[in-house]
Amino acid sequence: MSPMRNLLAAILVLFAACSAHAQLSIEITGAGAQRIPIAIAPLAGEAALLDASGATLSAIVRADLERSGLFRGLEVPRLVPQPTESSSVNYAEWRSRLADALVLGSVARRPDGRFEVRFRLFDVLKQTTIGGVAYTLSRDQVRATAHRIADYVYEKLTGEKGVFSTRIAYVVKRGERFELQVADADGANEQAMLVSNEPIISPAWSPDGRRIAYVSFQNKKPIVYVQDIEVPKQLIVANFKGSNSAPAWSPDGSSLAVALTRDGNSQIYLINPDGSNPRRLTRTAGIDTEPAFSPDGRWIYFTSDRGGSPQIYRMSATGADAQRITFEGGYNVSPRVSPDGNSLAYVTRNSGKFQVALLDLGTRQVQMLSDSDLDESPSFAPNGRQILLATIVGGRGVLTAVSADGRVKQRLTVSAGDVREPAWGPLIP
Amino acid sequence: MRALWTLIIALALAACATTETPQTQPPAGVEDRAPGTAPSGPGTQGVPPKPVTGVDLTGGRPATSQADPLRDPASILSQRSVYYDFDRYDIKDDYKPMIEAHARHLRENGGIKMLIQGNTDERGSREYNIALGQRRAEGVKRMLMLLGTREEQLEAVSLGEEKPKEVGHTEEAWARNRRSDMLYPGEY
Repeated sequence: MSPMRNLLAAILVLFAACSAHAQLSIEITGAGAQRIPIAIAPLAGEAALLDASGATLSAIVRADLERSGLFRGLEVPRLVPQPTESSSVNYAEWRSRLADALVLGSVARRPDGRFEVRFRLFDVLKQTTIGGVAYTLSRDQVRATAHRIADYVYEKLTGEKGVFSTRIAYVVKRGERFELQVADADGANEQAMLVSNEPIISPAWSPDGRRIAYVSFQNKKPIVYVQDIEVPKQLIVANFKGSNSAPAWSPDGSSLAVALTRDGNSQIYLINPDGSNPRRLTRTAGIDTEPAFSPDGRWIYFTSDRGGSPQIYRMSATGADAQRITFEGGYNVSPRVSPDGNSLAYVTRNSGKFQVALLDLGTRQVQMLSDSDLDESPSFAPNGRQILLATIVGGRGVLTAVSADGRVKQRLTVSAGDVREPAWGPLIP
Repeated sequence: MRALWTLIIALALAACATTETPQTQPPAGVEDRAPGTAPSGPGTQGVPPKPVTGVDLTGGRPATSQADPLRDPASILSQRSVYYDFDRYDIKDDYKPMIEAHARHLRENGGIKMLIQGNTDERGSREYNIALGQRRAEGVKRMLMLLGTREEQLEAVSLGEEKPKEVGHTEEAWARNRRSDMLYPGEY
């Protein structure tokens, strides 16, 4: 067991402090049925505080909200004098611009060289103030602050948590090179956690968002590693005879479910994140893999061919009481449970095409979320409103974020490479 | 002492002669060099046993491998791949003579090891494909063991869909990628 505890100072591991080069670019199609019209006025004084690409706070907030598919940002003309969060609001005027909601704010430089951003959110229809926040930040926190403002607005107006401050992980293949990347949810600020000449798959965020488990082929076979996103060191979690793969964190972060073939065919085990105490959960003659915990930690959903074709099953987290979940079709794989535990995203083969479906676990109704041919690896946003998946478009690997109602799609691409294996990180308080 | 040198030089020349003869005696070349079957029993006494265990010397050295049946296109041992249908792992009868030949080779060269890599096409789940590739590799491993290979000589691993031999999204590319490869040291 001791080699598994070895911390490898891996030469492969990089942690670029801040990569300025091109990253994920995003294209949005479709729109929600009812988008909230919102006016985000330029914050007074924000021109003094631009992000690295020259974007203003108000522009980043507006782009965030529009990307969700639930908001329509209104054009705001140049106002003189520029209103701030403490200006008195002429509701009739904003109503005439068709705004349901309004954001006003200001940026001020503090004596210590840092900045203070204040904003206030107004309900134009009810002619009331909803609330406001002040942030103190340094120049390199412009985007992070804008995402916080967008999260606040989103939550106040939709009743659900915003995910603009979350991060995503994914794998980029450029030629023969594989990169495990972490970026902001809008694709900005991409940073490489691992670069290798061998494949990397199945990144999985720890529930606290501090570590990522993944499978690397750097030693010519699949081995499960865990890596702290701030520490460039790989920890081997599972390196048994045969293949080691499909890591999934338990919701309390105390263990990982993995698929191991050390006893023959692929079976599901629990193992501690330091590689200790592996214990077998399934005992079948066939394939059991792709474990995924329910958010309450009571169930593990997984893929098995025990019935003759790959289907999704679930069992208790102790491995008992396995029962079949999918029955339609001959190939249903890659289960992912929604954050509220009420639905299941998975990949199904549909007339020779591999597409992502969403199963309501209560009503048993199935909704197709994609219309392409080779979809893989669905991953829920932590508020459950979107599902990120990998697909092939024009022979290239791209990511698509689909709203849970299937209406809005964002396509995320990288220049000169294939992007795949998305994993949406948790909400960070 | 002089006799020993003569012997070593003679053996070296003989070895050269063997390696430079293309394809004339394919399977016999290596088997004659294995310790137990060498016809010139007394003559090999003065030579350390390790360097003459044939296959270990040829691993990863294609330049000197003309007489190596593992690389001789005329030898069934040069064939290494089992191909499958989509989402299947049963070994078709066509591949059984090849697997039997490798089982014999592994039996007769008990020191060598084999890595069996299972592969799948790109369709479906990457993780399910890891498990499917493993099942394919395990199937080849089990057949080799039934044919007398010792388990310690074999390791089965899966590359899933991650290392396609054929890139492309066509039926032909997919068929070539649904495959188990039997590899000897130096080949992976």
